[in-house]
Amino acid sequence: MNSVFVYCEIEEGIIADVSLELLTKGRTLATELGVKLEAIVLGSHLAGVEKQVFPYGVDVLWVGDDERLAPYTTLPHSSILVNLFKQEKPQIAFMGASSIGRDLGPRVSSALHSGLTADCTSLEIGDYEDKKNEKTYHNLLYQIRPAFGGNIVATIVNPECRPQMATVREGVMKKEIFNANHQGEIKTIDVNGFTSPEDFVIHVIERQMEKSKVNLKAAPIIVSGGYGVGSKENFQLLYELASVLGGEVGASRAAVDAGFCEHERQIGQTGTTVRPKLYIACGISGQIQHTAGMEESAMVIAINTDANAPINKFADYVITGDLNVVIPKMIQYYKKNSK
Amino acid sequence: MKGLKIIVLAKQVPDTRNVGKDAMKADGTVNRAALPAIFNPEDLNALEQALRLKDKIEGTTVHILTMGPGRAAEIIREAMYRGADGGYLLSDRAFAGSDTLATSYALACALRNLNPDLLICGRQAIDGDTAQVGPQVAEKLKLPQVTYAEDILNITEEKITIKRRLERGIEVVECPVPCVVTVNGSAAPCRPRNARFVMKYKYARGTQELQDADEDYLNLLQERPYLKITEWSVNDITCDPQELGLNGSPTKVKNIESVVFQAKEAKVMDASDEAIDAMMKELIINHTIG
Repeated sequence: MNSVFVYCEIEEGIIADVSLELLTKGRTLATELGVKLEAIVLGSHLAGVEKQVFPYGVDVLWVGDDERLAPYTTLPHSSILVNLFKQEKPQIAFMGASSIGRDLGPRVSSALHSGLTADCTSLEIGDYEDKKNEKTYHNLLYQIRPAFGGNIVATIVNPECRPQMATVREGVMKKEIFNANHQGEIKTIDVNGFTSPEDFVIHVIERQMEKSKVNLKAAPIIVSGGYGVGSKENFQLLYELASVLGGEVGASRAAVDAGFCEHERQIGQTGTTVRPKLYIACGISGQIQHTAGMEESAMVIAINTDANAPINKFADYVITGDLNVVIPKMIQYYKKNSK
Repeated sequence: MKGLKIIVLAKQVPDTRNVGKDAMKADGTVNRAALPAIFNPEDLNALEQALRLKDKIEGTTVHILTMGPGRAAEIIREAMYRGADGGYLLSDRAFAGSDTLATSYALACALRNLNPDLLICGRQAIDGDTAQVGPQVAEKLKLPQVTYAEDILNITEEKITIKRRLERGIEVVECPVPCVVTVNGSAAPCRPRNARFVMKYKYARGTQELQDADEDYLNLLQERPYLKITEWSVNDITCDPQELGLNGSPTKVKNIESVVFQAKEAKVMDASDEAIDAMMKELIINHTIG
């Protein structure tokens, strides 16, 4: 039976979180379908990379190890995927909805004439009835994603074309070790056979990548500020509360655009998606672009001077008041009660 | 260097960023009529990059290519007000129901009529947020692509140098031309309308917009042929009709649910000491914090 494939991104020898999250999802779906989970890693100096992916339940790891494959450029990576997919005929292929996956995915789907759904928020297996052609398809991939600025949720299927391709943003799926001792098979990709010299025409002449210092996704508690926080100085209060509670500070796009907070802390459609145990929204009105990135939080406290702020619909506790008053009190009563 | 022939791919989109109360119908579906149709924001960033090259390199022309209904000629006109030379509207019922792949196919067929030196488009459109059409057009035309572009740093007869803005940093790449460049919202905003161009082009019309034109207008068009916005139907491009529209779309929409915001049962409280003391106690007791 045809496998589930995951394209894994690698930066400085480390497989990206989004890829491990997709392997976790891919393992579940492959088991449900009774097929193998296969992973692809393309880059250079990849010896030992299998140790990072096998624990996620990978049955076959395809490795393309070549100096010219790192850093990532579009053409060689897409040529390898197109040729490998022609050879292996996967039924499903996933990539991260990252600047790499969203560059690579459409190119591969166009070359293979297979459908691609971007930024899926949920992936399931199910049947599809094509009423027009009176045809029923079994075990298709349901690619579920918001559209129209988050106002609708669409379920997309690819009845005829393979692979069924989807991208998913970092933090949307959970990352979970399948079995620490799981062992798979390593297969080597013939890089020269799958690429042509013309694929190497784009040159990366400068590259400045920052290691993400802030790990919002892993934070159990997030204290997040919006435009209503008012200033960069006022954000200090949020840092204090986060540090007392053992959490991280996040921000809405409006707060980032206003310069109150750095971009890497942005939560929402154009930032990180988070699902902490507790989300404390301070001075955030709750536009859909923001709530799309936090609505799965287990518990939400909304602090806002506006009693009718849209964020309140997501909240378990709605505090109507000035955050400059509320936050110090939260710190005070946390300290008092936790002793 | 000699002037470039630049095509900017653009889309007219419903303004999903300003969804008001009347944007959702009582049955929970989207009321498209209540959403204003706008120039896709990142396509404006793309237009600005093209206009900058036009400012810099004499003889450069900038034209819009868009696919959509007759009213989509509005964005071509808007681009002309800001400095574009003109545009092409690809409009036919045969394109209805296209997913990104069928859209890219149709655009690629139209682009073969035009043979541009450089193709620039926005990274993604706000009604779908897929970011797929740019790379798929590039693949169909067998051109290299540079996505997430923030600034075109240099261009020569052979290659273009581009700064890309990625999630965790920046990259500068050199790519041979012709190629497809998709531009990020973080790039320079588009210049405003120029009054001179508004005067010149305010009567520019696409074919479908001309259906009710009177004789005076048709005479004006005779005098000023630059007011004619070229419109192409499926018959004006070389294509396989099976690859178009719903037929040519591998992805099918199984179903659509409207997002209905249901209010959770929330504890509403004020900023009093008692209220906050009680809340913090609850959070500690149920192990949310602590």
